[in-house]
Amino acid sequence: MKAATTPSRVNPVYPFRKPDDFDGRERHYPVCVVGAGPVGLAAAIDLKLRGVDVLLVDEGDTVSAGSRLICLAKRSLEIFARLGIGAELAAKGVVWNRGKVFHGDDLVYAFDLLPEEGHRWPAFINIQQYYVEEYLVDRARSLGIDLRWKTRLTGTEDQGDGVRAQVSTPEGGYSFTCDWLLACDGVRSTVRGGLDLPFRGQSFPDRFLIADVRMKAEFPAERRFWFDPPFHAGRSALLHKQPDDIWRIDLQLGPDADPEEEARPERVLPRIRAMIGPDTPFDLEWVSVYTFRCRRLERFRHGRIFFLGDAAHQVSPFGARGGNGGIQDADNLAWKLAETMAGRAGAALLDSYEAERIPAADENILNSSRSTDFMTPVGGAAEALRDSALSLSRTHAFARSFVNSGRLSTPALLAGSPLSTADEPECADFSGPMRPGAAAVDAPFGKGWWLDRLDGGFELLHFTDEGGTGPERCAGLPVHCARSEGQLASRYDGRPGTTWLFRPDQHVAARWRSLDPALVGAALDRARGRP
Amino acid sequence: MNRADDIFAALVEAHRGLDEEESLRLDARLILLLANEVGDGDRVLALIEEAHASRGVPNDAPVSGSSEG
Repeated sequence: MKAATTPSRVNPVYPFRKPDDFDGRERHYPVCVVGAGPVGLAAAIDLKLRGVDVLLVDEGDTVSAGSRLICLAKRSLEIFARLGIGAELAAKGVVWNRGKVFHGDDLVYAFDLLPEEGHRWPAFINIQQYYVEEYLVDRARSLGIDLRWKTRLTGTEDQGDGVRAQVSTPEGGYSFTCDWLLACDGVRSTVRGGLDLPFRGQSFPDRFLIADVRMKAEFPAERRFWFDPPFHAGRSALLHKQPDDIWRIDLQLGPDADPEEEARPERVLPRIRAMIGPDTPFDLEWVSVYTFRCRRLERFRHGRIFFLGDAAHQVSPFGARGGNGGIQDADNLAWKLAETMAGRAGAALLDSYEAERIPAADENILNSSRSTDFMTPVGGAAEALRDSALSLSRTHAFARSFVNSGRLSTPALLAGSPLSTADEPECADFSGPMRPGAAAVDAPFGKGWWLDRLDGGFELLHFTDEGGTGPERCAGLPVHCARSEGQLASRYDGRPGTTWLFRPDQHVAARWRSLDPALVGAALDRARGRP
Repeated sequence: MNRADDIFAALVEAHRGLDEEESLRLDARLILLLANEVGDGDRVLALIEEAHASRGVPNDAPVSGSSEG
């Protein structure tokens, strides 16, 4: 549902170019990625950086029409930095770490998602999806990725040793084959539809108005959430700052709201006016009326076709778990495909995509469903419990834990991953959140940042007592030696001898209290899915 | 359980004169306060499960403990 809006920015247009494939000779591509959203572009760039040639097709010819995904979580920023668009995101985005939750007029509590120093990236950067896509498209082009616009996938056929795909374009259709096809084509995935795969889950009856408003306002760069605010009685509201003096406003409308009616400017403008006060001039940049669903595919892999992002799973926006979950899908799959195609992996490596990302999707669905349930309680008892948690939270600190305005995206822990090596008994004394499966946490390292050193391969971190020197390689892998003091050592519980093995996606594969080439080699085999 | 009769009477008394919605809210506040007093989340979840599982037990079913007679 679109209202009359006045976008301040004109998106770039990427013209259709007729490829050689029209000559009647069917071509073969190692990997085809379908969908040039943040997830598809991330997957394509990651694969290309790992030496895999990628064909990327998209039915459109531009970037996202609205701001859509605006909250990039720390893990996504770390992934995008590895893919090469960190500087652009840092220059343009709005950094935030803090949030406030209000009930009526009153502040219920404030939180800080990153209350410590020593990280390159903040808890979140807000930036419109169209900027992220534009930076990724520029990066993909600079890497020589074959990007084809106005190219709509119309069918796939699993041939056992590959996939045959048909596409349609403004100048007609053609077909090609690929070894692997990555469906990153969103909630209305044509790949998923073509395979007639069920996409099941929960629907929430409440409608929400989402508006981008352009105005000069003095609200700080923080997430603000209201339950039952004076300007929108009995419902919830959310405010986020974006670049270019644009503010995201999200208003709960209730289950009976008429989506067409509610998207009309004469309905939207008074709601915004009530929220921001009588004196601030503003323009509507983008408006949409939504209902939310939480659902996923039963399997994320079907033969040689993988599903990533919204094509595989859908969540409500509270917690920013949709886009950030999808970007982690791409991060998880790209290195596994590259290792497999280079002949370095066992069959179990590609199977681990589902073993790792289905539980991650379920965690995101669980959290975003619970947040939405808290905001839209159904039935007298649910409403009474919700309201009681809110009213108690004003006087009792414990009750704030129940107040759920969105549990914000964190990297999946990948607990129980088949690629992780279980701790030896000597590792029982490790303390802190880092463990096999966890995404590596950042820290200052040398003159830069630890995560910048984990730039795409299997790597070892080894703590020593004297000056942070030690072997340069072990079991064929590079060893980063570090002193067993300072922030890096404290975050990795680094004592002399402590060793961590990281995967190409910066997740921990194994850890020990010593550096043993035989143990490293065995953990490396396991992390590559080799028997 | 010490002061059981006092507690039971106080619960009934607290609901006296409340309409259905007010009663629901009173119970909800009390449940959250009690959950906090229990402290251990696993124990609270087990108690919720226990209360839910016993919802079909008829009022006149024999209960443990001694009966009059």
